[in-house]
Amino acid sequence: MGKRSNEPFLWSLFSAGGVVSAFLIPVLLFLYGLAFPLGWIEAPSYSQTMTLVRHPLTRLVLFVLCSLPLFHWAHRFRFTLYDGLQIKHLNEVIAVICYGGAVIGTIVAGYLLWNIA
Amino acid sequence: MKATHNYTLYHPKWYRERVSTYWWTRQWSHFRFILRELTSIFVGYFVVLVLLMLWALNDGPASYAEFQEWLKTPFAIILNAISFIFVIYHTVTWFNLTPRAMPVRLGGKRLDDWMVAAPNYVAWLVISAILVWFILGGGI
Repeated sequence: MGKRSNEPFLWSLFSAGGVVSAFLIPVLLFLYGLAFPLGWIEAPSYSQTMTLVRHPLTRLVLFVLCSLPLFHWAHRFRFTLYDGLQIKHLNEVIAVICYGGAVIGTIVAGYLLWNIA
Repeated sequence: MKATHNYTLYHPKWYRERVSTYWWTRQWSHFRFILRELTSIFVGYFVVLVLLMLWALNDGPASYAEFQEWLKTPFAIILNAISFIFVIYHTVTWFNLTPRAMPVRLGGKRLDDWMVAAPNYVAWLVISAILVWFILGGGI
């Protein structure tokens, strides 16, 4: 048997992240990025937002929302650089930066969500 | 056939034409492919935005207010508007790929692509409505 590849595992993270991103990001970005700042809809107050974020289920959703899409980004962006810009000689550096970034982002998300007052 | 061949000792180097770095600008379908791939940048940006928001929330009401003020700047609005268009593009291209990734067969016949993609759109609508309801205080 040949060397086992990480590719199927990374692809499954990419795929799961793609699903999470597709379903959750548009509405959240619309609310927090456009509707609230532009005053189309009244933004929830600080305490309302905190009440929502403190709930364990919200934290779990937020953790998944941060982690999986980061791995989705890492995988897709890596191949965008690979195919689009054809910088194949930097393949390993790019992979380390992309997946490493996703791991760090996941840790930061876990830390923030765990420590919410 | 000639009886004598001149074999080369080493494998000759194949001739490969160099592909331009901008190969994807020549054809609309290639350009759309690159646009789809670029949606990942905006997905990544969104996560950074969430992390910044969580950090501001954790830091207290003053920090959160400051973050909200930043979101109101023209720069942030334009950035978020562009990001919104790209994430919608991600969602649509993702849903439309599902019939190809997993073709559904019913009674020996392959279902039409739109019949496999359509439930995704319905679920998207339902999930979005639930999130709006929770965020606007319906669940509290």
